Amino acid sequence: MDSARTVLDDADISRAIRRIVHEIVETAKGTESLVLLGIPTRGAYLARRIADAITGIDGVEVPCGTLDITLYRDDLRLRAVRPLEPTSIPPDGIDGRIVVLVDDVLYSGRTVRAALDALNDIGRPAAVRLAVLVDRGHRELPIRPDYVGKNLPTAVKENVAVKLREVDDLDAVELSEVGA
Amino acid sequence: MRHLLSAGEIDRDQAVLILDTAAELGAVTDRSIKKLPTLRGRTVVNLFYEDSTRTRISFEAAAKRLSADVLNFSAKGSSVSKGESLKDTALTLQAMGADAVVLRHGSSGAAHRLAHAGWIDASVINAGDGTHEHPTQALLDAFTIRRHLAPEGGDLAGLSVAIVGDILHSRVARSNVHLLTTLGARVTLVAPPTLIPVGVESWPCAVSYELDPVLDSVDAIMMLRVQSERMQAAYFPSALEYSRLYGLDAARLSRLPEHAIVLHPGPMNRGMEISADVADSSRAVMVEQVANGVNVRMAVLYLLLAGDGKDAG
Repeated sequence: MDSARTVLDDADISRAIRRIVHEIVETAKGTESLVLLGIPTRGAYLARRIADAITGIDGVEVPCGTLDITLYRDDLRLRAVRPLEPTSIPPDGIDGRIVVLVDDVLYSGRTVRAALDALNDIGRPAAVRLAVLVDRGHRELPIRPDYVGKNLPTAVKENVAVKLREVDDLDAVELSEVGA
Repeated sequence: MRHLLSAGEIDRDQAVLILDTAAELGAVTDRSIKKLPTLRGRTVVNLFYEDSTRTRISFEAAAKRLSADVLNFSAKGSSVSKGESLKDTALTLQAMGADAVVLRHGSSGAAHRLAHAGWIDASVINAGDGTHEHPTQALLDAFTIRRHLAPEGGDLAGLSVAIVGDILHSRVARSNVHLLTTLGARVTLVAPPTLIPVGVESWPCAVSYELDPVLDSVDAIMMLRVQSERMQAAYFPSALEYSRLYGLDAARLSRLPEHAIVLHPGPMNRGMEISADVADSSRAVMVEQVANGVNVRMAVLYLLLAGDGKDAG
C-alpha cells in the first residue's frame, strides 16, 4: 500500500466526469430517453454524480439507479459467497431507453458481460452504452467503453483503486503494485 | 455456512445477512422474468418423508428461480415405502450428484444425521425434522415481521412476539424462539400447560398459560395449528374450550396494538386457533408469508451453494 501512486486527484476526477457528462448528452442527442445505471459500489456513486451533473447543466432529472451483477457473475464458484448489493431500477424501467452503465474501472470486461445479461432479464433497452472512470486494459471479452474518464495503461500485476468521497475519505485514483 | 440445520445455530449477523439477501432476491419476484442464472448446473433434491405442499413447492420455486435443477423425492411411492433406510437413500442421492438436499423427516435430528454421517457431500437444509426445528419457516416469519415492523432493516430489537398454540409439537415455535431472540425480539409462548414442552425453562423466552393478558403488548402474534396427527393423548378437554381460551377471534384482534400483525405458518384450521374473519382481515399476513418464503429459501440456497463451498462464515 505504501507504494500507491495517485494517478488522478479530485480535480482530475471532476473534470473527467464533466467531460463524460457532455459526451453522454451529445451522443444521446439530449437527455430524454437516458437511464443511468451504476454498478455497486463505486459505479453507483459515479452514476449519481453524472445524473446530478446533467441536472446542473440541463435542469433535467435523469432516471438513475443501481444494478448489482453478483447473481450473474461467471466466477461465483471460484470464491467465497458474496453478499448482494442493492439493485434499484428506476420506476419507468429501461424498455426503449438508452441505458448508460456506469462503473469505476474497466478491466477484463466480465463485470460488463454480467451486467448485459442482467439487463436482458429486466427489459429491452433501445441501446446500452458504457461509461467508466478508468479503462486499465487487459480485456478478456470483446467489450469496449463508450465514455472513458482516463485510459490508464497498466500491468496485470498492478492494482487500480478508485476512491470516492461517498465511501472513502477522498476522491482519487491510485495505482499500486500487488504484493509490493 | 455449509448446512442449515437449526435456527439455534445461526448468529445475529448470519440471520441479518440471510434476511438482507432475501430482500434483494425478492426484487426478482416482481420482474416479468423471474429467473436468475446463479445456480445453473447445480442440483437440489427435495427429500420429503412427511407430507408438505407449501414448503416443498416453496423450495422448488426458490431453486428453479435460481436456475438449479430440482429433483423431488417423496417417501410415498418410492423405495422408502419398500423399507429403504435414510442412509441408502442418501447414498443414491450422492451418486446422482446432488449439491443440496432439502430434508423433511418425521424424526427429530434427521437433518443433522444426514449432514454429519459422512454419507453425502451435499449441503443439507432442514425443512422440518419431527418436533425439533424448521429454520426456514422461522426465517420467513422474521423476514415478514421485519418488513412490517422494522422496515429500515437490521434486526428485530425491541419487538415483542407471542407464539400461541401447540408449542409442544411445533418445530416452528422452537425455531422461532431461537431466531427471533437472536435477532433481539422478546418472545412469549402462550399455551395450555399440557402443550408446553418439558424443559421450556431453558429456552430464551417467557411462558404464559393465558392469552388475554399478553394481547395488548405484542407487536406480532403467531397462531399455531393444534397438531392432532402428532397427539396420542388428550391434551385439552374439547376443541371448543381450546378455541375459546386460545383462539384469536375478532374481539381479541381488536385488543392488539394498532400496528400489530397476525402470522400463521399454515395450514390453518379456521374456527379453531384462528377465526375466519381474523384470517381474512388486513392484519393477517399469511399470504405474504408464503411469498416471503420463496425469497428466504432463495437466499439460503444462494448463500449455501453459490460460493466455492469453503466456509466464509
